[in-house]
Amino acid sequence: MPTLTATLPAADLSQGIVRRFARRRLTALAVPAAILAYLAYAAIAFDVAGLAQRARWDNAAILLSDFWSYKTHVSRDNRSGDLTVAIEGEAKGTYPPGMLPDWVTVAGEVTTIDLGGGHVVTYDPAGARYVVPGYGTIGIRPTEDGLVLDAPEPLPEGVSVSKNRIAVTTQAGRFNYTRSKVETFRYQPGWELFFFTLDSPFRGKGPLELAALALGGERIDPARSNLGYMLSEFWTNKMWRHGDVAWAMFETVLMAFLGTMGAALVALPLGFLAASNMMPVRAARFGLRRVFDFIRGVDALVWTIVLARAFGPGPMTGALAILITDTGSFGKLFSEALENIDERQVEGVRSTGAGGLQKARFGVIPQVVPVLLSQVLYYLESNTRSATIIGAIVGGGIGLLLTQAIMTQKDWEEVAYYMVLIVLMVMLMDSLSGWLRRRLIRGG
Amino acid sequence: MADTALATGPLPPAGQPDIRAAYLEMTRRKRMYGGILLVLFVALMASGFLLAEGRNAGGFLDGLPMLTAFPSEVLSEAWANRAAIPGRILQFLPSLVETVNIAAVATLLGGLGAAVLSLLATRGLSRWPRLTPLFRRIMDAFRAVPEIVIALVLIFILGGGPVPAVIAIAIHTAGALGKLFSEVAENADPKPVEGLQSVGANWSQRMWLGVIPQVAPNWLSYALLRFEINVRASAILGFVGEGGIGHDLKLAMQWGQGRYDQVVAIFLLLFVTIVIIDRISDRARERLVKGR
Repeated sequence: MPTLTATLPAADLSQGIVRRFARRRLTALAVPAAILAYLAYAAIAFDVAGLAQRARWDNAAILLSDFWSYKTHVSRDNRSGDLTVAIEGEAKGTYPPGMLPDWVTVAGEVTTIDLGGGHVVTYDPAGARYVVPGYGTIGIRPTEDGLVLDAPEPLPEGVSVSKNRIAVTTQAGRFNYTRSKVETFRYQPGWELFFFTLDSPFRGKGPLELAALALGGERIDPARSNLGYMLSEFWTNKMWRHGDVAWAMFETVLMAFLGTMGAALVALPLGFLAASNMMPVRAARFGLRRVFDFIRGVDALVWTIVLARAFGPGPMTGALAILITDTGSFGKLFSEALENIDERQVEGVRSTGAGGLQKARFGVIPQVVPVLLSQVLYYLESNTRSATIIGAIVGGGIGLLLTQAIMTQKDWEEVAYYMVLIVLMVMLMDSLSGWLRRRLIRGG
Repeated sequence: MADTALATGPLPPAGQPDIRAAYLEMTRRKRMYGGILLVLFVALMASGFLLAEGRNAGGFLDGLPMLTAFPSEVLSEAWANRAAIPGRILQFLPSLVETVNIAAVATLLGGLGAAVLSLLATRGLSRWPRLTPLFRRIMDAFRAVPEIVIALVLIFILGGGPVPAVIAIAIHTAGALGKLFSEVAENADPKPVEGLQSVGANWSQRMWLGVIPQVAPNWLSYALLRFEINVRASAILGFVGEGGIGHDLKLAMQWGQGRYDQVVAIFLLLFVTIVIIDRISDRARERLVKGR
């Protein structure tokens, strides 16, 4: 009996193998080469080289420092002599009269600002002085024809002088003198006023003091308990708006929940009608499949825009947008899951004389429920993230707050706060859906 | 009597009514729990919907008749202008290419990142077994950050253009694919890896020659699915941020009446692209996973 090796000449075989190896080696090289070539093309198409020039590294510095620090503005109106001290320069962060941070002292018309590390700024009726350690004193006097600078030469880096404006930037802070006003900015780490704003009686108290007040101190507001007062002060914090933020987060989760569950409810019967083993009419199946394809093909973006026109901005619009988009995906997934069931169980149920609906209830549903639930929960988690983006388009939820905060281009600490909250929210939904999936599917 | 004894097998007849009662009791309880859950779910959905409607600018029933108003307005204007649409399609083709390129580059970069991260985060394969939890958390964090957050922050620093979108989508892709890749790699056969180790292969050789050939079909299939998702994400990011066809769509929408032929052209381009990519990736995935 001739064997395989006997029928094939040995030389041919080895040649064939060598050729195959050579071809494989070539493809092994060609694939990375093609990827690299594509990336190179993309780099040119995206103008990565020009990016270095367009990038605003100063913006990056502002952003990074703003993420974890805040600045306090100490400004004097040079005409009226009024002094205001405000956190982030905002009205809601302004120190009320008679209350100043301990690094600002006022004696008559002279204001002294201690920026720390020996940097001291003084405002007085004649003008202002800035003592820079290791350099000397920068003095500024306004005169009829412009500002007069009195400082030792050469001027250090970070000082810019013009006729109408003198600015000094050091590590300790920034200082700005114009004819109309003089301002000093001091940077400090932390998210100031995160718990209580300046007008709150709880401001500036340590955690122990607060705990003592909450548990039994004398009532600050006789009408309510200290703990309740504290919580309401925190909840209505004007600077950080914790209450509004919590509502926005809830809205986002609500959008995801309503959208996902609604889509699942709509898609379940449709999935039955589109599965080849449930729906005998071929044309109906085909039509439904094309409807699913159409819904998925018209992107979530387009659905969102169309719905926002009809229902206006808000969480319901977002929920409906998720609902419509996911009906397409669920319809496809559900019908595929239904086609992959084990027919024997359905036959078993049919042999007991069950009708169509009973067959579906006892033969099909128990088989597909774990698969469907797992998909629905997976989508719920992923939709929490989408709801953030959809919220930015339809104007609802945390996505809206985030885009608003980014667009002002100065509330970066709030952007950081929202980012942390969003990430926590998504992670929470992720573990919640994972836990539910394990409980419902494996735990039975 | 003999019948029932046969059905319940060797159990003593005295226990029969108890078992039956217990079974019925259990079914009833199960049904009750199911009913309670269902009622709870319906109540949750209804109250949630009412709440969402209350916080919405327009109500659901008021909006329903309006639902077709905008599309029909757009379509009728575009129909009147239908001769211009092929030209518009050509005009927006470069933006579409940009959107698809953003998705493709982001999927490539994110996929490469996911491959490395997932191998480092898989028990039994990791280069540094003690650090697997760390790499898992990194993937979780990458997955949790929505693209829009990274994109908007990067636009502030890098200026407009496609690069912020690419980075944002790539980071999210690395996290999302990393999790799926790692699940696949966990199920890979360890024997080739052990074989390679026995001949002195280092970690990257073991992964490249022992694991990657096993997982490649599944990984590719997931990456294709992700590419499909990323095309949509890139269009949305363009709408919210900058770059690609989403941005053109936003500009045309903001202009409103008079530019609806552009809107329709963009809709058509997006629709056709998404359907084609959907089809190709569906086919390719079927071939990859089920074998050719």
